[in-house]
Amino acid sequence: MIDRSIRHVALVLMACFVLLFVQLNRIQVFDADELRNNPNNTRTVQRDFGRARGAISTRDGVVVAQSDLSPNSGFERLRVYPEGELYAHVTGYLSFNLGTTGVERTYNDELAGRTSGLQLSSLSDLLGEVSPTGEIVLTLDHTLQQRARELLGERNGSIVALDPRTGEIRAMYSWPSYDPNLLSGHNGAEVNAAFRELVGAEGNPLRAKTYREIYFPGSTFKIVTGAAALETGVASLESPSFAVTNSYTPPLTDRAIANFGGSACGGPLIELIRVSCNAGFAQLGAEVIGPDRLVEQAQGFGFNLVPPIDLPDATASRFPTDYGSQLREPSLEMPAGIFENSPALAQASIGQNEVAATPLQMALVAAAVANEGQILEPRVVLEVRNVKGEVIDTPNPQGWLTATSRETADELREAMINSARNGTGNRALVEGLDVGTKTGTAQLGTTPARSHAWTIAFAGPRDGTPELVIAVLIEADPENPEQTGGRAAAPIVGDLIRTAFGR
Amino acid sequence: MRPRTVELGLLILATIITGAAYGLTSLGRAGSLPANIIPFLGVVVLMLFSAHVVIRRLAPHADGLLFPLAALLNGLGYAFIARLDPALADSQSAWTLVGLVGFTATLMLFRDVGRLAPYRYTLAVVGVILLLLPLVPGLGVQLNGARIWLRVGPFSIQPGEFAKIVLAAFLAGYLVDKRELLAISTRRIGPLHLPDVKHFGPLLLAWGVALIVMVAERDLGSSLLFFTLFVVMVYVATGRTAYVLTGLSLFAVGSVVSHELFGHVRTRVDIWIDPFADPKGSGFQIVEAAFALADGGLTGTGLGLGTPGKIPFAETDMIFAAIGEELGLVGATAILATFLLFVGAGFRVATQASSLFEKLFAVGLTSLLGFQAFVIIGGVLRVLPLTGVTLPFVSYGGSSLISNYIVLALLIRISDRSNQPAVETSSGGRADRQAVHS
Repeated sequence: MIDRSIRHVALVLMACFVLLFVQLNRIQVFDADELRNNPNNTRTVQRDFGRARGAISTRDGVVVAQSDLSPNSGFERLRVYPEGELYAHVTGYLSFNLGTTGVERTYNDELAGRTSGLQLSSLSDLLGEVSPTGEIVLTLDHTLQQRARELLGERNGSIVALDPRTGEIRAMYSWPSYDPNLLSGHNGAEVNAAFRELVGAEGNPLRAKTYREIYFPGSTFKIVTGAAALETGVASLESPSFAVTNSYTPPLTDRAIANFGGSACGGPLIELIRVSCNAGFAQLGAEVIGPDRLVEQAQGFGFNLVPPIDLPDATASRFPTDYGSQLREPSLEMPAGIFENSPALAQASIGQNEVAATPLQMALVAAAVANEGQILEPRVVLEVRNVKGEVIDTPNPQGWLTATSRETADELREAMINSARNGTGNRALVEGLDVGTKTGTAQLGTTPARSHAWTIAFAGPRDGTPELVIAVLIEADPENPEQTGGRAAAPIVGDLIRTAFGR
Repeated sequence: MRPRTVELGLLILATIITGAAYGLTSLGRAGSLPANIIPFLGVVVLMLFSAHVVIRRLAPHADGLLFPLAALLNGLGYAFIARLDPALADSQSAWTLVGLVGFTATLMLFRDVGRLAPYRYTLAVVGVILLLLPLVPGLGVQLNGARIWLRVGPFSIQPGEFAKIVLAAFLAGYLVDKRELLAISTRRIGPLHLPDVKHFGPLLLAWGVALIVMVAERDLGSSLLFFTLFVVMVYVATGRTAYVLTGLSLFAVGSVVSHELFGHVRTRVDIWIDPFADPKGSGFQIVEAAFALADGGLTGTGLGLGTPGKIPFAETDMIFAAIGEELGLVGATAILATFLLFVGAGFRVATQASSLFEKLFAVGLTSLLGFQAFVIIGGVLRVLPLTGVTLPFVSYGGSSLISNYIVLALLIRISDRSNQPAVETSSGGRADRQAVHS
């Protein structure tokens, strides 16, 4: 009888150990990836720090991150960023204390040689000492990136240039930036000091503003409002024609929305786009398109969504979705009806109120127009190679959103080309190319007067498919209260197009 | 095959694994074999094979699995301690030597474990005194939140580790006497048949001991182990599930009450429920252990190639996480299997034991070791709230290692007696002894 009881105890203990085995499998196999990617987990970077790691270079072969041997430093290697602050917001840094950001984080497994593809390719050389580390080739073009920095100079701002046909980002730069070498060093105390200084620095240089900061898009948003009008059929480029006025007063308020500089404008949609007419667009959005369709169109372009870029912590752009309940049914003179928040909707229609977008998002708006309404997933990595230079992995272009129909996109293209030739964006024009623009001057206040200056644009061969879209933002600056999108941002767009197309 | 031949073969295997682990951790970390690899192997061989010779001389008929399994756990644990903290490795090797001396001494002193039985009440007193010693002002010290240490010169001793063995012996002796009485039910409460209240004495003592340990010494793990030991032994002696149920209810009540009353208990439970609520603070240890295990994955980072130093208490309570990181699911499972084999061998010794006392004692010792492994591994893996007990034979710690080797010696002694050729274990003699004791 006692032996039977002993067997029972043995069985209970065995069951306990089975439980341990099950839980061990959960932690080490099933939940392992989740645990490895937990933001509190600093093991990966601490293990990879100082070890062999692949280089990161631009598509035209300029090395922007590499691991150099560093004898007598306590670590085998030191991560170096030869181009300093130029690519800081793309490559990010590899830091013992701070972890990783940028491509260093999203492609950590490839750089450290931990993907099965890389390990298999190094296995074939069993006898040679072949490292499985992967080399990353960026989609960025060094010439264009350098030009972007020169053009921005000491002004705070962002530049994003990408190929609308593939989503490949050709240039992505914002100022202020920082030197990642300060954070990848071996001396922990120095790194921490540099980090503290950067965190407190004017303009937050650590933040990749191109895809992580949101700004009032101002009139560049009118492309979205225009798309909503065309897409829903409430307007075409030629009709209806809006009355020529100095300002528009939305329902339920006395606060008028004035045109830029108090000028008078009006006419059909193509004319509203050319002169960037506030009154006309505000009325179009609030009274004709209405909240539901405008929200749907903004989200069709990617607002309120986190863009699927291959960089960490991308920020979603914002378009407000709540305009309260409907107070008055649609009527002939006001087809959208009236909502509690119709005044806010009128402002949102011209990119004010709570609307805010990253420079990347505004580039994607231009990309949809340029690419028949299709937005591809933006990305900064072109391919992964092994140490011998063989391509291991090429991310294929992936569709992200269908913003508009092809017809709507083509009409907007026409309107933007018209706006560049005859309107606010003429400083972006380049001889021999089709260039379309939409400028924006988002006024932040009057005392002191200051405005964000925007231009979004596309460019391509005459009567051909656009091959490049560009978003330029010069941030508001009290020192320079008069800056407008057309005067401050459009010339940069023109220069970048000339650089990219070799003209 | 004869048990000593099996033992020798397995010992050679354990030596090879230990030597390989020791060499590989150094290769993985520094890229070269440790300078002292030859003397190290010499010492390992000398220690293990001396012990083997001791067993051959003093307990030639004992089970051949127990010692090599313990040696394997001890050796692997040592390789990890050496890799985590070379300074600790030196004292751990000294403790291993002392443990083996204790092992030999136990085998020499106790030719017949059954002779302990008449001293059961003395043992109870000794056990409780050992347990309470750390509470004596000036003698006991509190380390890492638990007051379970005695400071003796340069050493810290955990008398509780030895109290477990002594109390197991007391309980075996007591139950040989009282099992008949305890098995008879004299009253019914609902579906339960219960014996007379006065026979609940040992269970209540168990409950009291567990509570004292938990409240006064703040040692939740040992508290849980004492309680498990008592419940298991009473159950095995009487075959009555009622005791298990009563024991579990008492434990449940104790747990709820102490959870309400004591902050340190509540903290442990909160961490257990959600360690990620405070991943850099109270949950740090358990979170780092999970990260380490996840890093290890299926096959581990390789010996010396992981970063188990990041886990707090990696060389003591959390050593299982360090092993899981560098040897992966495969290696961690091997450790689980080794414990299961050890426990299996221990229970087999119990079933074959030549007297009732030895049988119960062997059950108690084996359960102590098996459940201790479960409690600490379960704590690391978040199956249970984490409580600070050592992983037997593997973790760093002198008291634990020495007491584990004494447990091993006792099991080997019991096994040896039960396997002796029929002439020596004439049933008459045993019956006499039992008659005298009961």
